Amino acid sequence: MILEARDIWFYYPGRKHAPVLRDVALSLCSGERVGLKAPSGRGKTTLCRLLAGYERPRGGDILLNGRPLSAYRGVCPVQMVWQHPETVVDPLLRLGATLAEAGPIETRLMDALHIQAGWLERYPAELSGGELQRFCIARALHPATRFLLCDEMTAMLDLVTQAQIWDFLLEEARRRDLGLLVVSHSDALLERVCSRVQTLA
Amino acid sequence: MRTSNRRRSTLSFLLAAAAALAVVTVVGILLTETAMETDFSRTGLPPSLDALFGTDWMGRDMFARTLSGLSLSIRIGLLTAAISAAVALALGIVSAVCGGLVDAAISWCIDLVMGIPHILLVMLISIACGRGFTGVVMGVALSHWTSLARVVRGEVIQLRQAPYILTAQKLGVSRAGIVRRHLLPHLLPQFLTGLVLLFPHAILHEASVTFLGFGLSSERPAIGAILSESMRYLTTGKWWLALFPGLSLVLVVMLFALLGDRLRRLLDPASVHG
Repeated sequence: MILEARDIWFYYPGRKHAPVLRDVALSLCSGERVGLKAPSGRGKTTLCRLLAGYERPRGGDILLNGRPLSAYRGVCPVQMVWQHPETVVDPLLRLGATLAEAGPIETRLMDALHIQAGWLERYPAELSGGELQRFCIARALHPATRFLLCDEMTAMLDLVTQAQIWDFLLEEARRRDLGLLVVSHSDALLERVCSRVQTLA
Repeated sequence: MRTSNRRRSTLSFLLAAAAALAVVTVVGILLTETAMETDFSRTGLPPSLDALFGTDWMGRDMFARTLSGLSLSIRIGLLTAAISAAVALALGIVSAVCGGLVDAAISWCIDLVMGIPHILLVMLISIACGRGFTGVVMGVALSHWTSLARVVRGEVIQLRQAPYILTAQKLGVSRAGIVRRHLLPHLLPQFLTGLVLLFPHAILHEASVTFLGFGLSSERPAIGAILSESMRYLTTGKWWLALFPGLSLVLVVMLFALLGDRLRRLLDPASVHG
């Protein structure tokens, strides 16, 4: 499988004169690990949102195996782990209920990410940012996921936990032949995790 | 500590107000027969211990008439507010979810209904529906949904872009599932307070239209009808015919308004400043 962004143009409503992305191209194959690097405000998160189908580009195409991403129904094969996990879980639902929406999660994933069963009884506000992020990673690793976009995924975690999560994720990606897009400001991380790094101009 | 006390006092006020309104409603239903009874041996009595609110020109007990009138007003208020709120919820969600032409059409309708003075619209719809109970209920229900529909629409438009809703969509949750699991729970506080704050409007407009002769028939002991009839006797010095029913109507309306306000503080504390 291949996820491609072709000649992407994007601007936020009312800001046509200042596009966030202009003529951006990127491709990601199954099993490939690509890093994405750019100074703040250059559209890294926006590109991830476009690639995961949260937004539609104003120009250009997002293609999955040559078909527009918007043509895929059901669980999207491209999932994203956000920089701020508290925005992607409904504050009024217990985490167990949020998790149940996407189907049951393997205990193997729960164990590897050190997610305690008790967390599922809680509301998002009752978990720390790091705990919530591990929960979001587990959810994004749905059986149907083929590409995972990690937007500053481990920025709020301590170094030991970061290392544990990346070890696990790389192993999981190898096992399931996932394509990873890793957005980070950390050169060390990108160097360790990715096979190539693309910079947004 | 202070917040928990205020929460508790707000809750007890809510319960007390709701209980008072429920008692008035039930007692009023029980007194409907008494309110119709005439007794020509005791016409036009001023308020006394025997007849608390006095009697009218046909010897009917004004206390019973006032209570059964209030009860009728509250029931009509509840019914119309419920219909209005249901219409508002449905149109607000449809408008925001469908967008485009549907949204434009519904927004146009909202502007249209809002552009006509309420009382005029209620009168026109009431006449078109043949006055009486149906006329008043339809009139009030079809003219009061607009502002709540706007609130619901705005709220849904904002919620639709929330990352957690987009993420649920990405994970294959159906449109109906999104509405049921994510939209409705977030709309509930706004919706409930909107619903309760509709009551006072609905009650006042029902009474006004009935007073003007375009609503409930004058046989029914409705507050509007009682006030309208008493106008003829005011100049003869029978002040109690209008004072008590009018005052009690104001009290019930204020109680509902306070109830809605407290409910909003309880459910949606962020929206209340100070």
